Amino acid sequence: MRKLRVNIIFIIIFFLLNLYSNSIANISSNFIDDITNRASNILSSEDAREVKIQELIKIGESSVDIDGIGLYTLGKHRKSLSDDQKAEFKKIFREYFLKSFSTRLVEYNEAKIVVVSEDVKNEKYTIVKSKLVATSNRPEVAIDWRIYTKDPSKPLIRDLVIEGLSLARTQKEEFNSIIKNNGGDINALFTSLKEFNNK
Amino acid sequence: MKKLLKIIIHIFIIQFLVVSSSFAEEREVKDCFEKINRATFAFNMALDKVLFRPVATGYRKLPSPVRTGTSNALNNLSNLITIPNNILQGDLKAAGNNSIRFIINTTIGIVGIFDPANALGFEKLEKEDFGQTFGTMGIGEGCYLVLPVLGPSTVRDAVGSLVSMSGGDAWYNVTVKNDTQYFKESDYYFSKLSEGVDFRAKNLESFDSLEKTSVDFYATVRSLYLQDRERKIKNLKVKTDTLDDSDWESLDK
Repeated sequence: MRKLRVNIIFIIIFFLLNLYSNSIANISSNFIDDITNRASNILSSEDAREVKIQELIKIGESSVDIDGIGLYTLGKHRKSLSDDQKAEFKKIFREYFLKSFSTRLVEYNEAKIVVVSEDVKNEKYTIVKSKLVATSNRPEVAIDWRIYTKDPSKPLIRDLVIEGLSLARTQKEEFNSIIKNNGGDINALFTSLKEFNNK
Repeated sequence: MKKLLKIIIHIFIIQFLVVSSSFAEEREVKDCFEKINRATFAFNMALDKVLFRPVATGYRKLPSPVRTGTSNALNNLSNLITIPNNILQGDLKAAGNNSIRFIINTTIGIVGIFDPANALGFEKLEKEDFGQTFGTMGIGEGCYLVLPVLGPSTVRDAVGSLVSMSGGDAWYNVTVKNDTQYFKESDYYFSKLSEGVDFRAKNLESFDSLEKTSVDFYATVRSLYLQDRERKIKNLKVKTDTLDDSDWESLDK
C-alpha cells in the first residue's frame, strides 16, 4: 500500500514537472513567434530605413536581456569592474547593441522565420529552434534562440545561435581581444564601443 | 613523403605542448602569431574587395539553377575527401552513404550537377576533412593561423590540408599530383576557386553586415571559424550544445 502511494506521488510529480516544462516551452515558442512576426512585418513594410530601424530598436529593448548579454560578453573581466565602470559599460553596451542589432536586421527585407521546436534546458533557459526560410540567394539557416525564463511572465532573449555559431560568444571573444591587445585595459573597450556608437 | 611525415610529427609534438600548457580557467584563443595573422587578414580583405566580392556578386546574377548545379557538383567532389575521413573516424555508415551518393550523383546526376541520390534516400551529410579527423583523435587545434588567400585555419587544420595534398585527396591526385590524360592541373585550381566564390556568394549580406557592426572584425572572424570547427569535430546535431551553460550560470550567481 505504501509502495503504491509512493508510486502515485512520483507519477504526480513527474506529471506536474512535465506540465511546467511544456508551459515554459510554449511561452518561449509563442514569444519568438511574436517577435519574428513583428520583425518580419517591419522589414517587409514600405517604411523608410530610419523608421524601420527605430521600430526594430523597440523590439530589441523589450525582448532582449541587453544588460545580461553585456555582462556575459565581459567574461573574466566582469569581476574586475567597479560599480561605476559597470554602470558606464551597461550604458555604452546598450547603445552599441541596439545600433548593431538594428543595422544588421534592417538589411534583410525577405526574412521569414519559422519556429521548429523547443527544448527546456532547465528552469532558467529554454532553447527555441527555428529556421530562416531559404531564398533564391541563400540557403536555409538554422537559428536557435536562448531564452532566459527565470521570470516566465517576461521571457528574454540572451543569445542567438546561427548554424551552431553563438553571437554572444563571438561578441565575448571580440571584446576580450580588444582588452587583451591593450594590455588588459578595459577602458580601451569602452573607447572602441563609443567610437562605434558615434559613427 | 618521409620528410613530410617528419614535419607533421614535429608539428604535433609542439602542438601537444602548446595545448597542454594552455588549459586556463576560461577558454582562451591561442593566437600565437597574431601580428602576422592580422597583416595576412588585412591582405585577404583587400583581395576580397578587389576580386572575390565582385566575382561573387556577378556569380549571384547567374540563374538560380546554374548556381545550385555548381554548388552540387562541388559538393559531390568534396566526397573524395569526406569518404576516407569517414572511414578514419570509424563512421562506416556515413562512408557507405557518401560513397553511394558519389557514384549515383557522378553518373545519373551528371558529374554531380543534380542530386538524385537524395531522392533515393541517401541524404547529404556534413563534410569531413583531415583536420576534423585529427580533432576526433583528440589532437588540439593549436595556434590559430590566417593563410594568404585561403583564410582562417589552425596548425591542426593546415596539417590536415597538407595530408590532402600528399595523397589524401583523390581529386588532387588525379589533377595535380599525377599526370592523367583526363584532367589538367587547372581543373583542381578552378574547382577550389569556384568553391570560394560559391561560399562568398551565399554569404554576401551576412559577411558585409558582420563587418559593418564589428568593433574588431579580425577577432569576430577568428571566433566564428573556431566555433564552427569545434562544432564540426564534435559532429553536434544539437547546434546549441556549442554553448557552455556554466558560462551563463556564472552570470546569475
